[in-house]
Amino acid sequence: MTTSILVYGLVNSVILALIAMGFSLTFGISGVANFAYGGFYLLSGYLTWMLLNYLGLPFALAMLITVAVAGLLGFLTYWVILLRVRGIALSEVIATFALGAGMLEFFRWMGFVTYEFTLPCFMKGRVEIFGVPLDYQRLFIIGIGLALVIFLYFFTHHTRIGLSFRGIAQNERTAISLGIESDWTAALSLALGSAMAAVAAIAILPLGIISINVGYDVLLIAVAVGIIGGLESVPGILIGSLILGYAQVITGMYLAPEWMMVVYLAAIVLVLAIKPSGLFGKFKELEERV
Amino acid sequence: MSVRYRKERLDRGIKARCEDIFALSSYREMLYLLLPRVLPVIALLSLPLLKGVVGLYWEKVLVVTCAIALLALSWDLMASVGLVCLGQALFFGAGAYLTGFLNHSFGWPPFLTIPLGTLGGALFCTLLLLPVLRLRGIYFAIVTLTLPLLLARFIETTKILGGNVGMSGLSPLPGIWFELYVPVVALLICLFGFRRLINEDYGLVLQGIRDNDRAVMSGAINIYKLKAQAVFIAGVAGAFAGAFMTHYYQFVGMPAFALDYSILPLTCAVLGGVGSFAGPTLGAFILVPLSEILRAFGTLRVVFYSTILIICVVGLPEGIFHYIQRKYHQFERLVEVG
Repeated sequence: MTTSILVYGLVNSVILALIAMGFSLTFGISGVANFAYGGFYLLSGYLTWMLLNYLGLPFALAMLITVAVAGLLGFLTYWVILLRVRGIALSEVIATFALGAGMLEFFRWMGFVTYEFTLPCFMKGRVEIFGVPLDYQRLFIIGIGLALVIFLYFFTHHTRIGLSFRGIAQNERTAISLGIESDWTAALSLALGSAMAAVAAIAILPLGIISINVGYDVLLIAVAVGIIGGLESVPGILIGSLILGYAQVITGMYLAPEWMMVVYLAAIVLVLAIKPSGLFGKFKELEERV
Repeated sequence: MSVRYRKERLDRGIKARCEDIFALSSYREMLYLLLPRVLPVIALLSLPLLKGVVGLYWEKVLVVTCAIALLALSWDLMASVGLVCLGQALFFGAGAYLTGFLNHSFGWPPFLTIPLGTLGGALFCTLLLLPVLRLRGIYFAIVTLTLPLLLARFIETTKILGGNVGMSGLSPLPGIWFELYVPVVALLICLFGFRRLINEDYGLVLQGIRDNDRAVMSGAINIYKLKAQAVFIAGVAGAFAGAFMTHYYQFVGMPAFALDYSILPLTCAVLGGVGSFAGPTLGAFILVPLSEILRAFGTLRVVFYSTILIICVVGLPEGIFHYIQRKYHQFERLVEVG
């Protein structure tokens, strides 16, 4: 029992972190809360499914195309829509929210809601870890999550684009005066966030069926983890998803699986009441938010 | 070199004259001031009388329109305090569920449950949003977006209040005239009440919080108290819509927290023009009948609202009402730029 809580709690936490990372990355760099995140997540799932089942492409190629397309769409979202309302927080929020809801409801209207919509696992089969059976897909998810965190660390600390991302995040005006293009960086951040949504979708969706409500759940998860950990900090995201992941698995084991979604509500309200900037919120965030 | 022009806008003479007490000097000026206010009121009050002409179906649409307009007004009031709410369904659902619960469990009549549901629902939402009021801008929007979804999940999970089946067989409203006139009158009271409220000193402080909350704080004003009061006032409007619709449908269930009730008022407000209260009402009276015509398309309607939202936010940030208002008060001419 204890070991299975430990193992599945870890898997659940990595899933949450994978989902939340793209959202918080975009927000941390460009200050755009990408409410279309759930839409991008589901779009990636359906796109992969269509590439596999209509065109019969190999899985690896379909994945690559999906990630690329999601990134491109994210970029276009910024360049076509958000660029015109940049800096007006209200309009940004409404535009992305409308975009996300529009995408999700469009898929619902298309009738993408039946049980045939599942993505294949990377590899079938399972292993035993400390006596707990665990399928390969969940192992892959942990691997992908780790790889993504390490990639992000090196990307933001050791590449030119990554450094310019951090520059814009820290102080936009100074960064502009040093020749970093603000709009270009923000568009790239949206592209990167959407591509990460696609990666998360391809890794996580094989665990269940693809349904429209997953899109809204993803947004909820991203927001809940971000609020608990502090939206812009990567350690905050990791700790936030660990807390939520384990809390969920424990409630799922001892109460009932339906209670798992209630954990989000309780956690959000608690954290907001005690420490509104999130557990790892920095001073700058505190000033902006409180 | 070609001659370039720019557009110059000037106030009409009658507007300048009407801004003072001299408005009382001629019928023309009095009508200039009165007509835009009185005509919509007369139109709204006479719409229910057309029951025999347009049929009961469109009278039903009128009730739904009023409910959505109330939600849009409550959105606009919160937006004037700088609280951007993406979850108006929270108010609607809270009012609806409380009313339904009181009627279903204790069998109280609508005369009692609707006021209680309205006030109780607004109070519940205010208490729920109390910790969140410390947040600003995007963060508040994020949290309000998630709250109705999570509350729906909560009810579904814990199976309280009828779970995902909901509560049906509630008492009907007494009489068709009651059904038609109560939402219309409530809408008018809210519309003109909110317009008055925001122009009072109290409303100026609320707008000050939107524009610069630090400055208001430095004036030794407790902004959290004011924000909570504004949320309560907005909540009363939203929860009333929910409470009324519960008895109107004689049913309350998960759809009370549906995304429609969040995104449709928002679309109305943005289409009509944010910050004037008349704009959101106008938007509701354009959008809701339109979406009834499009009912055959099912969930594609949300896609339709989304498209309107994006186009309005990006292309017409001003809104219809402000455009009409400008045309009414000002004339335009081209002036050579040289």
